[in-house]
Amino acid sequence: MLRKVRHLIELLKRTAIHGESNSVLIIGPRGSGKTMLINHALKELMEVEEMSENVLQVHLNGLLQINDKIALKEITRQLNLENVVGDKVFGSFAENLSFLLEALKKGDRTSSCPVIFILDEFDLFAHHKNQTLLYNLFDISQSAQTPVAVIGLTCRLDILELLEKRVKSRFSHRQIHLMNSFGFPQYLKIFKEQLSLPAVFPGKIFAEKWNENVQMLALNRVTPSHPFMTAADLMEANQLCSMDSKANIVHGLSVLEICLIIAMKHLNDIYEEEPFNFQMVYNEFQKFVQRKAHSVYNFEKPVVMKNNAVETVSVFP
Amino acid sequence: MPHLENMVLCRESQVSTLQSLFGERHHFSFPSIFIYGHTASGKTYVTQTLLKSLELPHVFVNCVECFTLRLLLEQILNKLNHLSSSEGECSTQITCETFNDFVRLFKQITKAESLKDQTVYIVLDKAEYLRDMEANLLPGFLRLQELTDRNVTVIFLSEIVWEKFRPNTGCFEPFVLYFPDYSIGNLQKILSHDHPPEYSADFYAAYINILLGVFYTVCRDLKELRHLAVLNFPKYCEPVVKGEASERDTRKLWRNIEPHLKKAMQTVYLREISSSQWEKLQKDDTDPGQLKGLSAYTQVELPYYSKFILIAAYLASYNPARTDRRFFLKHHGKIKKTNFLKKHEKITSLVTLQLLTLVGHDDQLDGPKYKCTVSLDFIRAIARTVNFDIIKYLYDFL
Repeated sequence: MLRKVRHLIELLKRTAIHGESNSVLIIGPRGSGKTMLINHALKELMEVEEMSENVLQVHLNGLLQINDKIALKEITRQLNLENVVGDKVFGSFAENLSFLLEALKKGDRTSSCPVIFILDEFDLFAHHKNQTLLYNLFDISQSAQTPVAVIGLTCRLDILELLEKRVKSRFSHRQIHLMNSFGFPQYLKIFKEQLSLPAVFPGKIFAEKWNENVQMLALNRVTPSHPFMTAADLMEANQLCSMDSKANIVHGLSVLEICLIIAMKHLNDIYEEEPFNFQMVYNEFQKFVQRKAHSVYNFEKPVVMKNNAVETVSVFP
Repeated sequence: MPHLENMVLCRESQVSTLQSLFGERHHFSFPSIFIYGHTASGKTYVTQTLLKSLELPHVFVNCVECFTLRLLLEQILNKLNHLSSSEGECSTQITCETFNDFVRLFKQITKAESLKDQTVYIVLDKAEYLRDMEANLLPGFLRLQELTDRNVTVIFLSEIVWEKFRPNTGCFEPFVLYFPDYSIGNLQKILSHDHPPEYSADFYAAYINILLGVFYTVCRDLKELRHLAVLNFPKYCEPVVKGEASERDTRKLWRNIEPHLKKAMQTVYLREISSSQWEKLQKDDTDPGQLKGLSAYTQVELPYYSKFILIAAYLASYNPARTDRRFFLKHHGKIKKTNFLKKHEKITSLVTLQLLTLVGHDDQLDGPKYKCTVSLDFIRAIARTVNFDIIKYLYDFL
């Protein structure tokens, strides 16, 4: 992981100091640390004095900017160029973007502030119309206009297939993959490290006792009255996490509803995936009741129908 | 919290889980919590009661009420604004059209003094409707803490399980909490809680016992059971009021109420008659067999020839065309020829009753085409009144 951080920082430094444009994609499954990686790299970068003055950052997220128009407005806002743009009307996206980057040029018109674009949920941007934002950003990163670094974060391994040909050709094909393949002992080590209190924690005795008691997962049970995690907490938390939710819902149904579901399952088995309607289910139910007439009270059709209208029954495919 | 236990019955473990998740006021809680359980299992009630009694800043929004993106986001922002502004200050309505604007405005509003250092809770009730709104809404709310960089937790209340919510490309997994259904003992305890003060708790508990015995296999919905309990209690008390039996005469009381409850299942439970009609019935003590329920109104009295036209239309609509020969060749001459004008009138009146509908264009030159839209039960009832065995003529029943 550390190697990857170094690699990324190197890349960013090249843009910031040497004015070299770059693009990179960080790919990894959910929760593998992509956002953490980029944040860490940016933090280290900004610690250098000249960086924090010059380099500009634009953070975009595919969940928030759902089309290119909104994305452009957001870029304008984050670059603090809203006053400069004012009420101007631009012919195309490219025009607008190049105007913004022009505006960032320093007084002597020779060099421009480097800009780092971070695109979270990168795959969602690939679904915009014509992928104009991506095309333009990568285009600028290839041309010598302004030093930009375009960093995309995505959980999709097939992200390159989503890109159009013209976009893909302008992308540098630099990728950082975050595939965590830790074994169980490594996980144990990581958790112990995470949950142990650091040496600077106030209340030394507490910190020592705490570190002795470190286990996995049961952190939410800690309250002022229950300050240490115990093995019982762990078991309870495990049970909570591994509950079968559908089994829980079935547990909560009335006897009649369960009979209806059994009838539906029976129909599904006999007729192999063909659709069925309420009348068929009711007929099955009648057959079932006739066979076991002594133990189940036969309900009138409307009563059965009322129960069927409950949404919970529709939970089951 | 002692008084909390009195307000919220039979949910101690869920309340304690939620309390420990919330933690101290200024602590960051888990970014999103997903609570699921059957209808009337107390999700909304417990969450609201807990947030109110702990006096945590929260916004409660119902996704059925706010069925579009704009309504939902604007309501959250306006309620939040209301929370953060001091008394007497009348702030303007906020408008918000996209989720991007929502995040920006949210960050602004939560800078206010009264909301600054505490966790703000957004509760989305009936969250299953979020799945039908814009695709970025659900993943966005799950990550709201990360996107806004503020101390906020979003709580989802739903009857559908989490597996049906998860988007295709994955999302931030919330903390999933299950509100189990009430057991029969729990239901007994909760229902006995609202006993009227005139009678003893034991008396009411015995009544609830009988009620659950009749309805439990069919219905475990707390709301329905409470409604039924309140409606039928006067009938239960009748023998005691009239002096025929004492409070402890359980057998007599049971014999009195049991057929009544069974009748209630056919009528009030199905909403065939309204609750006020039911209460009136109990007071007048008429024979409940004479009840004219809602479904009775669907029976229509038709003139003789109209019934035949309807039956013919039903057969024509539901039998495939090639089988007509098989059924009708023998009876070729039996159907009488009525006056043409009268037939046309009768057809239009059937269309008005919505028993037939017009199919095809208005300008079809070779006569309008109709389709029969009644159910099988209905047409069987009609056919019975004219002594016509319709089953013999229906292809599906061969």
